[in-house]
Amino acid sequence: MGKVVVVTSGKGGVGKTTSTAALGAAVAKTGKRVALVDFDVGLRNLDLIMGAERRVVFDIVNVIQGTAKLSQALIRDKRLETLFLLPASQTRDKDALTEEGVADVIDKLRSVFDYVFCDSPAGIERGAQLAMRFADEAVIVTNPEVSSVRDSDRIIGLLDSRTMKAEQGESIAKHVLVTRYDAARAARGEMLSIDDVLEILSTPLLGIIPESQDVLRASNVGAPVTLSENTNPAARAYIDAARRLEGEDLPVILPFERRGLLDRLLGRRAA
Amino acid sequence: MNLLDIFKRRGSAPVARERLQLLLAYERRSRNQPDLVSVLREEIMAVIARHVQVDQDFLQVSMDHGETTSRLEIDIQIPNKVAMPMAAAF
Repeated sequence: MGKVVVVTSGKGGVGKTTSTAALGAAVAKTGKRVALVDFDVGLRNLDLIMGAERRVVFDIVNVIQGTAKLSQALIRDKRLETLFLLPASQTRDKDALTEEGVADVIDKLRSVFDYVFCDSPAGIERGAQLAMRFADEAVIVTNPEVSSVRDSDRIIGLLDSRTMKAEQGESIAKHVLVTRYDAARAARGEMLSIDDVLEILSTPLLGIIPESQDVLRASNVGAPVTLSENTNPAARAYIDAARRLEGEDLPVILPFERRGLLDRLLGRRAA
Repeated sequence: MNLLDIFKRRGSAPVARERLQLLLAYERRSRNQPDLVSVLREEIMAVIARHVQVDQDFLQVSMDHGETTSRLEIDIQIPNKVAMPMAAAF
């Protein structure tokens, strides 16, 4: 039986889809069978981040409504043969997903894959609640910034009350993934520190992803950053986070600011 | 601005942390009893409706959370002209 992991945040634009792609690809690279499921019906983007936007024929709504088989809708990644994508529908509205339909799809995926990553839409409405409904674990993507932390707190409340596990009296394993961390700004006391975020959310840390141009470049070319730029700090941070998700006990290293002497003299920030 | 202030100036992160801690303490408390006010509102309305005809809009129920206790405020306006339809039936 595979593990179902929801990648969620409440707030939009914090990096849910990027993180789903990066973590999923990192896990798939170790040989595990991984399915990425886009729950953002009407505003799908995981296909674009994965570089599979021109290969989408069927989607999750087709599978739920019975107009396509799950095996027809799953898209195999061109780089990793253990990585699959189940796209969201772009033309339907968010009410096209039903709880029974989602339960059925997740059940089938769970029986075939080692990991099922559910990319949640932003917000706390139906789509977001269905994305987390059948999850065993949750990755809460948070930026070190007040509105993102507040929304993460709200999502943690929902994870503890509205998921199947919570309703059965079990608890869902939660991890905070801090993204867009800017070491220079943190050092100047301009950004919430990692300790602040963890203390406020009282949830364990999965990893710290430094702000990086490489993440943008990876989405520009449609490849998860852990595949296309796997030596840069952001990719390495995602690879480590994926290993922790698989249960490895790796210490989290705080990203530091890398500046040359000239940069320091001119007060320039590292890219 | 005092010249020393330049060196003493700390970042804005401590302010952010303090504001968040206060706000979330409040939000978490109200989250634990999300529908208490609306449940009370419905039940109070049902009790009153047995005796007097009152419009939904004339019933205000609100909850203020204080440090150690909370205050429940119920404000019901009953129009003077309205007779007691139920009582009349008996």
